Amino acid sequence: MVGYLLRRIGMAVLVMFVALSVNFAIPRLMPGDPVEQQLAAVSAAGGQTGDMAEAAAAMRARLGLDRPLAVQYLAFLANSIRFDLGVSVASYPQPVAEIVLAGLPWTIGLLGTATLLSFVVGSLLGAMLAWPRAPKLLKFLALPVVVLSAVPYFILGIVLMALLGILWPVLPVAGGYPFGMVPNADFATALGIAKHGVLPGLSIVLASLGTWAVAMRGMVVGVLGEDYIMLAEAKGLSERRIFLAYGVRNALLPQFTQLALKLGLLVSGAILVEVIFAYPGIGYRLYVAIGQKDVFVVQGIVMLLSLSIALAMLLLDLIYPLIDPRVAARSA
Amino acid sequence: MSALAVRGLCVEFASARGIVRAVQNVSFDLAPGERLGLVGESGSGKTTTALSLLSLIRPPGRIASGEILLDGVDIARATPSALRRMRAARIALVPQGAMNALNPVLTCGAQFADLFAAHGAPGGTARIAKLLASVGLGVEVATLYPHQLSGGMKQRVCIALAIALRPAVIVADEPTSALDVIVQKQILKTLLAVQRDIGAAVVLVGHDMGLMAQFAHRIGVMYAGRLVELAFVRDIFATPRHPYTRMLIDSLPGFGARGVFKGIPGLPPSLLTALPGCSFAPRCPRAGPRCTVEMPQTRILEGGGEVRCHDA
Ligand SMILES: Nc1ncnc2c1ncn2[C@@H]1O[C@H](COP(=O)(O)OP(=O)(O)OP(=O)(O)O)[C@@H](O)[C@H]1O
Ligand SMILES: [Mg+2]
Repeated sequence: MVGYLLRRIGMAVLVMFVALSVNFAIPRLMPGDPVEQQLAAVSAAGGQTGDMAEAAAAMRARLGLDRPLAVQYLAFLANSIRFDLGVSVASYPQPVAEIVLAGLPWTIGLLGTATLLSFVVGSLLGAMLAWPRAPKLLKFLALPVVVLSAVPYFILGIVLMALLGILWPVLPVAGGYPFGMVPNADFATALGIAKHGVLPGLSIVLASLGTWAVAMRGMVVGVLGEDYIMLAEAKGLSERRIFLAYGVRNALLPQFTQLALKLGLLVSGAILVEVIFAYPGIGYRLYVAIGQKDVFVVQGIVMLLSLSIALAMLLLDLIYPLIDPRVAARSA
Repeated sequence: MSALAVRGLCVEFASARGIVRAVQNVSFDLAPGERLGLVGESGSGKTTTALSLLSLIRPPGRIASGEILLDGVDIARATPSALRRMRAARIALVPQGAMNALNPVLTCGAQFADLFAAHGAPGGTARIAKLLASVGLGVEVATLYPHQLSGGMKQRVCIALAIALRPAVIVADEPTSALDVIVQKQILKTLLAVQRDIGAAVVLVGHDMGLMAQFAHRIGVMYAGRLVELAFVRDIFATPRHPYTRMLIDSLPGFGARGVFKGIPGLPPSLLTALPGCSFAPRCPRAGPRCTVEMPQTRILEGGGEVRCHDA
């Protein structure tokens, strides 16, 4: 078991290492010299133009780009481990780490809640649809949910915004908290934040509910056809117990894998929702940074993305043996 | 008084191409403690018959008609709760393909525990250990998951589950078909031992006439959903009355010429269309003009056997 833990953790570290290396390599493999481009942009804007070569050398030295590649690489790794991601170009000299960390709670709060909610409700709905004696009414009601999952979440977001934010303005349509509010640890603040999360959250939940439900329904139907369900019936177990403890329980295993993947992709999962609702999460900040060509912020957020995927996979690897003994056996 | 009486059992499956008549008009009685073997080639309706006995036929299949009487209750028409109480307690199943018959995420012990819980029976580790011991397994098996057991061990666990509540009838559907010959014999010995111990009657499904001869008191031969012959083992081997039974016995591997596989030429008929005559007629060497137009009825023979053939 300890060996398994170490192997999994080692794997996560390796994934992070590869992700960091790619992150280091890509800007350096891109065609064109960023320093000269930057200087060209400055001079084109009518900035001061002295000796171009001298200015370029100075800038390279300041950015550490004049050192050998290996040294740059090691420095990059060391900085990354300390979460020193450099400084923002657009809002100089704010550290990138600060920008990323400021956005993180918003994204985790909004997308984490929305993802977990749609997982729970969707799986529940899917399981009920697979119940052999599910009422016809339920199947009828589930239809719109399934259809909704074919609509992209950002379209849903715009429609919801138009309906509940503008046509019948009951909910705020932009930002993460009431404009001009001084955040306190009190009920009013919490309510304000929650209200701002409703529309973006709802558009994500509505758009993914159907996917969870359809996947779960398929899994439960598959499990109910297994030989061990037949034997459970032959043992005289009640229909309810067979359905819950044998059917749903076993069908949830692959759903958990999906959930972990979804949580890993949380940061990048719904960038457009954050953009549409001007929600101050990571996705929105990434969008802004791309617009401002703020390379270091983009790089920092991409790194966070790899980190969260690696963490989610590690978490799944650690939890899965507890819920599926077959995995525990293979890993022992 | 018989332990189980099956009367005119018909089972159908609704399929896109029509109704598949998988079991047609099957009747037999099972005496207490009797071992009945059901043989027949693949698709002849053995599993369907076996599962009907516990009313385990799933849609699109259904028991179209007939009675299955146990303790004066017709299983084919019992209420779900009455069925639940009878299953495992009065009539138990050893399933075909024990490979996937146990829930992969529960320990074997837990699969005994939920059986006891469902019937309000006293369980406990001591009881489970005793059951495991009776099928030749150690007590540690209770703590293991199915994937940690070999095929033979899983089959033993299934047998132990089947006898746990000392049912009057055990239905075993090819309990040994996925196992090697040595383990097959061991499993049948185990089944025999526990069956004698609790005095249950057994319906054993298989297609190995030789293995069946060593186990059963009587053998029933199924062909295309019908029971075409039913007789004591000695009689059926000495004087098989149905041409199909004779061909089954003749096709048993013996010491014949090398490289010659004796078999029965032709294929069983489709179960979708009801032939007017005997369903074996197209393959029967003794078929006469009557056989293709008139369905033979079951006749009782002097020795107590039964046969469905105009010529027998
Ligand atoms: N779910 C189903 N839908 C349609 N037809 C079915 C279904 N289950 C069984 N049948 C049909 O019923 C007939 C009898 O099947 P059954 O499984 O009882 O055969 P068997 O004698 O047990 O064969 P085997 O030796 O291969 O186990 C077959 O022709 C099969 O096509
Ligand atoms: Mg079968």
